[in-house]
Amino acid sequence: MRFGYFDHAAAAPLLPEAKEAMMPFLGDEFGNPVSLHHFGDKPRAAVEGARAQVAALVNSRPDDIVFTASASESNNLAVKGLALSRKAKGRNIVVSAIEHVSVLEKLKSLGVYGFDITEVPVDADGTVHPDKLAAAIKTDTILVSVMHANYEVGTIQKVKELAAVAHRFRIPFHSDGTAAVGRIPVDVVGLDVDAYTFPAMSVYGPKGAAALYLKRGTRLQPLIEGGFQEKNRRAGTEDVAAIAGFGSAAAVTKSRLPEWSESMTRLAQRIFKELPEKLEHIIFTGSMSSRIPGHVSVVVEFVEGEAMLLSLDDEGIAAASGSSCSAKTLKASHVLLAMGLPHTKAQSSLVLTMGKDSTDEDVSHFLDKLPPITRRLRQMSPLYARLQKGEDPYAVKPGEACEDEQEHETDER
Amino acid sequence: MYSEKVMEHFRNPRNVGEIENADGVGEIGNPTCGDMMTFYVKIENGILTDVKFKTFGCGAAIAVSSMVSEMAKGKTIEEAMKISNADVAKELGGLPPNKLHCSNLGADALHKAIEQHLAKKPATGEKGCHCPFCDAPVEGSSICAPCKNQGRK
Repeated sequence: MRFGYFDHAAAAPLLPEAKEAMMPFLGDEFGNPVSLHHFGDKPRAAVEGARAQVAALVNSRPDDIVFTASASESNNLAVKGLALSRKAKGRNIVVSAIEHVSVLEKLKSLGVYGFDITEVPVDADGTVHPDKLAAAIKTDTILVSVMHANYEVGTIQKVKELAAVAHRFRIPFHSDGTAAVGRIPVDVVGLDVDAYTFPAMSVYGPKGAAALYLKRGTRLQPLIEGGFQEKNRRAGTEDVAAIAGFGSAAAVTKSRLPEWSESMTRLAQRIFKELPEKLEHIIFTGSMSSRIPGHVSVVVEFVEGEAMLLSLDDEGIAAASGSSCSAKTLKASHVLLAMGLPHTKAQSSLVLTMGKDSTDEDVSHFLDKLPPITRRLRQMSPLYARLQKGEDPYAVKPGEACEDEQEHETDER
Repeated sequence: MYSEKVMEHFRNPRNVGEIENADGVGEIGNPTCGDMMTFYVKIENGILTDVKFKTFGCGAAIAVSSMVSEMAKGKTIEEAMKISNADVAKELGGLPPNKLHCSNLGADALHKAIEQHLAKKPATGEKGCHCPFCDAPVEGSSICAPCKNQGRK
């Protein structure tokens, strides 16, 4: 069977170079980087070498890179760490409405400390406008966090302008670069951000390693204390193998990014052009002009996202969806809803994230399979039946409006 | 994630479609919730001679609809009304806990279709008859004024 892997946002294949860099530290080089004896020498050199490679990828100084275990941890460290270190100055945090849950959810837990959150709305493309950000900042705002790019809809934010707005109010600016790094060139100095999150997986490195760039002089309260690793910013023995793999992957990605980006951009363009020729009633979401390479997000009307994913999987195609049924939380994508898409259409979302190894054959396979899958599901769909009868497919009868939280409470009956 | 039986019903759902001049139609859910099921029943001498459905929803919702239609077909009204959500989930070899609400929808939509048939059965047109589509009172005419649907046959 042909395969097509379009879910690089969930996991990306490991670069062979990264795997090779990891192997010694899964074998004989088991030492602890902090050890004084010689068993610590190579692990320590590997961690520091990787720090230089990871720093070079985003034009940072090596000392400004803190290694963590995941992008979620980096986001937690940035948001909680910066907020807690500045709580004497104020308790308000401003974020975009489309942040990753590891930013949004952590903010809720910060409520315990008396922090309150202001969400900046996005436009229909998922773009945060600098003037909207400026309007959201209050006198007691102490941190702004807006992601560099969004994995669900592909939109790239004007991070440099947004950071400048925060700095005008003397407020530090964090950005989650998970969806941007490995797809577009990133220069943390040029963007003038104070903190920046990115995982090894974004550059075809291993799971279990990520970075938080912290501009020199940025104060931060550590979340894990009890050791002096990472310059007291994150205690705990380093995952040397994962970090070594991250370093190697970052170096390879830095040298090959232009060619990979060009290939991913071209493949996504094929879908933007060819899918509408094969399938009616589809709506592409996210910005078309400021978009990460290799990203397609589309609403396939009148069919539900999870049903599409299962059918695509039967054809060897891996993709993702923002529908409530495909999410463990059973909530429709907060990103699509924030962009003003109604629940009814968010349920029909399909997200493709390509990678450096994606091919024309993968794209052709997808373009061949999605239309018949959609036709089959539409034949079953009462919404499509309404459309064919000339009725409003999305009509909701009075008294039947549904809050998805209520409707989808886990029912153990 | 899903049992083989769920996947089999999802891939090859039984009884998809609509029944013209159905004796009862039951609709549950709406597009906002992510699931919507419409069941159609044909009833002769108290027996469900035909059951069809249309479903907008996830894999579990489609498999549940298919299973409910298969379980109900050929049953008496009484038997069909006894089909429970737990029965449907059991017949499907279980459902993930966060998908159990889908099995509720399936049996509920079937029961709603049967109830609609029972509600209009007297067909005498006496006062108190309500449009099965929008619940508005229907008097005299067989067309419901508020929603323009066929209120009774």
